[in-house]
Amino acid sequence: MAHLSPDNLERARALVALYPHPRSALVPLCHVAQEQDGWLTPEAISDIAELVGTTPADVLGTASFYDMLHTEPVGTYVVSICTNIACMLRGADDLLRHAEEHLGIHPGGTTPDGMFTLEEAECLADCGRAPCLQVNHRFFGNLTAEGFDALVADLRSGTLDSEVPHHGTLCRIRRTGGLSSGKGGPPAMAAAESVPEGGS
Amino acid sequence: MAITEAPRIVTSRLSHSDSHTLERYLATGGYEGLRKALSMTPEQVAAEVDAASLLGRGGAGFPAGRKWAMLRKAPVTYLVVNGDESEPATFKDHLLLERDPHQLVEGVVIAAYALGVTQAFIYVRGELALGMERVQAALNDAYEHGAVGPDIFGSGFGVDVVVHPGAGAYICGEETALIESLEGKRGFPRIKPPYFPAAIGLYGEPTVVNNVETLSNLPWIVLNGGAAFSALGEGRSAGTRLFALAGKVRNPGVYEIEMVKTTFRDLIYAPVLGGGVLAGRDLKAIIPGGVSAPWFGPEHLDLPLGQDEVGAAGSMLGSGSVVVMDDQTCALRAAWRITKFFWRESCGQCTPCREGSGWLEKILRRLEQGAGREEDVDLLLDVCDNIAPGITWPPQQTTICVLGPSIPSSIASAIRMFRDEILLHVKEGACPYG
Repeated sequence: MAHLSPDNLERARALVALYPHPRSALVPLCHVAQEQDGWLTPEAISDIAELVGTTPADVLGTASFYDMLHTEPVGTYVVSICTNIACMLRGADDLLRHAEEHLGIHPGGTTPDGMFTLEEAECLADCGRAPCLQVNHRFFGNLTAEGFDALVADLRSGTLDSEVPHHGTLCRIRRTGGLSSGKGGPPAMAAAESVPEGGS
Repeated sequence: MAITEAPRIVTSRLSHSDSHTLERYLATGGYEGLRKALSMTPEQVAAEVDAASLLGRGGAGFPAGRKWAMLRKAPVTYLVVNGDESEPATFKDHLLLERDPHQLVEGVVIAAYALGVTQAFIYVRGELALGMERVQAALNDAYEHGAVGPDIFGSGFGVDVVVHPGAGAYICGEETALIESLEGKRGFPRIKPPYFPAAIGLYGEPTVVNNVETLSNLPWIVLNGGAAFSALGEGRSAGTRLFALAGKVRNPGVYEIEMVKTTFRDLIYAPVLGGGVLAGRDLKAIIPGGVSAPWFGPEHLDLPLGQDEVGAAGSMLGSGSVVVMDDQTCALRAAWRITKFFWRESCGQCTPCREGSGWLEKILRRLEQGAGREEDVDLLLDVCDNIAPGITWPPQQTTICVLGPSIPSSIASAIRMFRDEILLHVKEGACPYG
């Protein structure tokens, strides 16, 4: 086990310790790995398997169920345009078509320079600002074709770097409090101790 | 019907730009409900919630008090917060997570105290990165403040709260799928019975799963009493509720409204709420309660926003979403897009849902593109009938969970309300709306 950086390995072990069963940390660890590499590499999958006590195939099989976990490389910026009903009624189909032309790729594709991956997303729960999209899971709403072009230009020039962290970064706030976050030990809770192994 | 002067219960702080901070929360009565709860017995707290007649705000509308009562008889091991808001056009929990995370944390601790739970998990939809950051920051501050952790406010009661990120899967909003996901597996719903979370939940232990908005009501309920809450609204629909208004409306957004006292017409047309259909056009149809719900037409505009009233009219308030379609909206395209969503999000466990959703999506797509046949309308209904026999409301099901039986809602609605328009696509060989 050596793919995850020492800092991420420490984070990963602390995450595992938060749960009565290590397996629960599988998805959170996939997010940590994606934050490090931008996508879920086979090496990271091996590390995660070891950390939660299962096989790499099992981690891959689980991760592939979830839309946000990418088991192939993606661009620096993953642009996810919602086309579900609320955004569709507000012009999302035109926005997606414009994005395809502007970036020269279809959903699932990545620009040759590796900057942008385009995705057609399901409802992102920001319908008050439809049509909306996410870049690396940060929201941008009320988009027009011109607004999209300006957003792409800002991303290229790096002016949005503080708002849009690199792909895979979800929660930048680390847990600092809590009964079980101290030294990475198991939860010191009676209820947690009473849970039978393999209870489900 | 009218817009009432009911108090804002869960959105009282949102006019402040720093509503998510501990400072603002404490300055506006924050954690007072928890302090009061800790001075009561857990049974008394539970009794107040029962008296409030608080219906679950996630979608199913099950009374929260009764959900708890099922568990108070036996020890509960875990409290799980469902923050996996993914029902299309629903964006109220997103607002609460980002803008008032302490209110949720306080609600979680109150619920944990009432249930005697010492471990809680807040499952936040993965895409809501800012919401997750706000909740984690609120928790960090709450631990520091002594509102979460061991010996809360010196009461001797302690609970640990862990934020768990989702990773993009609509089905994980279904409570048993959410539990599977929280256990580190694919979000496959479990069959009920026997897997009612109250009996066999997280790690096989008795578990309560409550929605973000549901729990966010608790601080107010404890502080003001269950009776004050149930005095708002009418009948089974007590209190206020968040409605997420979207689509072809001037002012889309989330509005807190007293239940039953306000109608769909008020919500959509009142200047202080929806402000009317976009560009002054005519209303064609509304989708109440999320895309799993059967549609209404203009004739339903004066229906009150109440759970039983909407249920009796053949649909549901569901997730609190209301989508407006105007007279330029192609109903067939709307039904196709919604079906495409279900097809993409079907977990694949059950054949009728996995295969049926794909067939329906293909048939709807060819119809919408003008390449369909007249018989396709009956074919659609036949496939729907195989997923939800009889295509009734509420639906029968041939599947483990209700995702499959939700698919026919939009299709049957479009056929029932706009059959001629669908057939026009066939006759003209193209979508009449271009």
